[in-house]
Amino acid sequence: MFSMETRNLYIKFDEKEVLKDIKFKVKDEEITTIIGPNGSGKTTLIKALSRCLPPDKGTIYLYGKDIKSIKTREVATKMAILPQIKYISSDITVETLVSHGRYPYLGLGQRLGKEDKKIVEWAMEKTGMMDLKEREVFTLSGGEKQRAWIAMTLCQKTKILILDEPTTFLDISYQLEILELIKELNKSLGLTVIMVLHDLNQAARYSDNIYVLDRGSIFEWGSPQKILRNDLIKNVFKINSHIYDDEINKCLYFIPEKRV
Amino acid sequence: MGRKAFIIIGFALLFILSFFISVGNGAVKVSPGEIIKVIFHQDKSMHYQIIWNVRLTRTIVAALVGICLSLSGAILQGIMRNPLAGPNIIGVSSGGGLAALIILILFPRYYYLVPLGAFVGALMATMFIYGIAWKGGVHPTRLVLAGVAMSALLNAGINGLMTFYPDRVVGVIGFMVGGLSATTWTQVKTIFYYAMGGTAIVMLIPRKLNILMLGDEVAVGLGLNVERTRLAFIILSSLLAGSAVSVVGMLGFVGLMVPHIARLFIGHDYKYLFPAAVLLGGSTVMLCDTLARVLFAPAEIPVGIIMSAFGAPFFLYLLRKREAIR
Repeated sequence: MFSMETRNLYIKFDEKEVLKDIKFKVKDEEITTIIGPNGSGKTTLIKALSRCLPPDKGTIYLYGKDIKSIKTREVATKMAILPQIKYISSDITVETLVSHGRYPYLGLGQRLGKEDKKIVEWAMEKTGMMDLKEREVFTLSGGEKQRAWIAMTLCQKTKILILDEPTTFLDISYQLEILELIKELNKSLGLTVIMVLHDLNQAARYSDNIYVLDRGSIFEWGSPQKILRNDLIKNVFKINSHIYDDEINKCLYFIPEKRV
Repeated sequence: MGRKAFIIIGFALLFILSFFISVGNGAVKVSPGEIIKVIFHQDKSMHYQIIWNVRLTRTIVAALVGICLSLSGAILQGIMRNPLAGPNIIGVSSGGGLAALIILILFPRYYYLVPLGAFVGALMATMFIYGIAWKGGVHPTRLVLAGVAMSALLNAGINGLMTFYPDRVVGVIGFMVGGLSATTWTQVKTIFYYAMGGTAIVMLIPRKLNILMLGDEVAVGLGLNVERTRLAFIILSSLLAGSAVSVVGMLGFVGLMVPHIARLFIGHDYKYLFPAAVLLGGSTVMLCDTLARVLFAPAEIPVGIIMSAFGAPFFLYLLRKREAIR
């Protein structure tokens, strides 16, 4: 059984098919990355998986069960999401934000219990936010903010984490920091990760599995070794490139040459 | 934590103080001690008559109206994620106003139906705006824009009525600017359950609003049923503001201003913002109504005018001085 799976998924925006016949499978405890050019439907797929966008056709399965048939609160205990668009009031502290991750477990008007508080501490520890817990999220750097949000999703104690472009707007050092954190969480907690990345080299380095989207369809999927090929990059991204072996990081990397 | 609790205690003291100032001031001055005596030992003195039948009802209605409107505004600003949202945005004022004016101008014999009519009009306007904004879900921006457009349309109806019946406008002005003269225990009863019920409900659910503030997608991820929650909150704020409008007329500004003043002091966390808005909303209307009675005594001016004349500059002053609104 797969952690998540979609079968002949279709999504339309005003008659235009944005996703066509998507068969997407995520294995337990793996990092699955979705790549593709702008407008290929990456974010739409992520939104459909995270039940923010209802499919026009097809079904999304969460551990073999139709996601629509599971209560949204229960879904939130199995799958956490970190969307691109998030808002934060100016005076919310890291600790307060992180504690919101306990929402799916709390009844109406119920306060955080001892166990909840322990989990909040653990999540801040895990993401290196302990020293910043009193700070207002608003005042943090981009990388620290993203870590605070990730800590919030950890409090949901889910097996799956879905991230939409977690490294956008961050400089290269923070990008690396966030991806290392995601990898570490994947290894130490057995967290199943589904994310969208723009940088093909980062996708190749951090993923177990890559899905390539092109104009709303899955162009190809497989291990980074299978995906990072001259002809595929040429077909999908319209650039000529060279592929090399990165012996230090034990992965493939590519250098773009020029547009086709 | 400690600081915020302290501010709320401060607001509570202000609320109590406002109560005694409001009951004690007017043509006859009554000391706080006498007020307490009258409330607990109901003797048949003249003070008893004044306090029990005139001042007390008016003060209580003022406090409840303030509570309803500022809660309504605080909720709407949150669910729309828009600082300009208020009871006016969901058509409560214009819908309630048009309904009241139709009764007052076209069917003056049924003047006693004004509270009910205003209440129904306010709710209908809200539901209509929500319906128009619905498109597989209600996007906050679309809701705000639909509300602005719908309010303009309803206000055109109000102004049209006043233009066609200029001779009957005099009796209507009190409703248009919002006033508390001639309140009785009947009005206290009308609004009491809404104010208390609304307060009880919002004290239970600040977390839902805090989460909705993080964005629709984050809220979905945390397991909140976003559309259902938003609709429930819209109905709740419409009930709150509609009950206030039905009693005092179009006093919507409280709903916009008081939550923001509360935010400037206590921040955006609804756990603290709700109690602060309740206490501050009640205090503001009680104090403004006292001024409305006393300032040009024996003449009385509608509380809505005082509210805007004093409230708006005070709000602007806070806005410049504190930089909490970001």
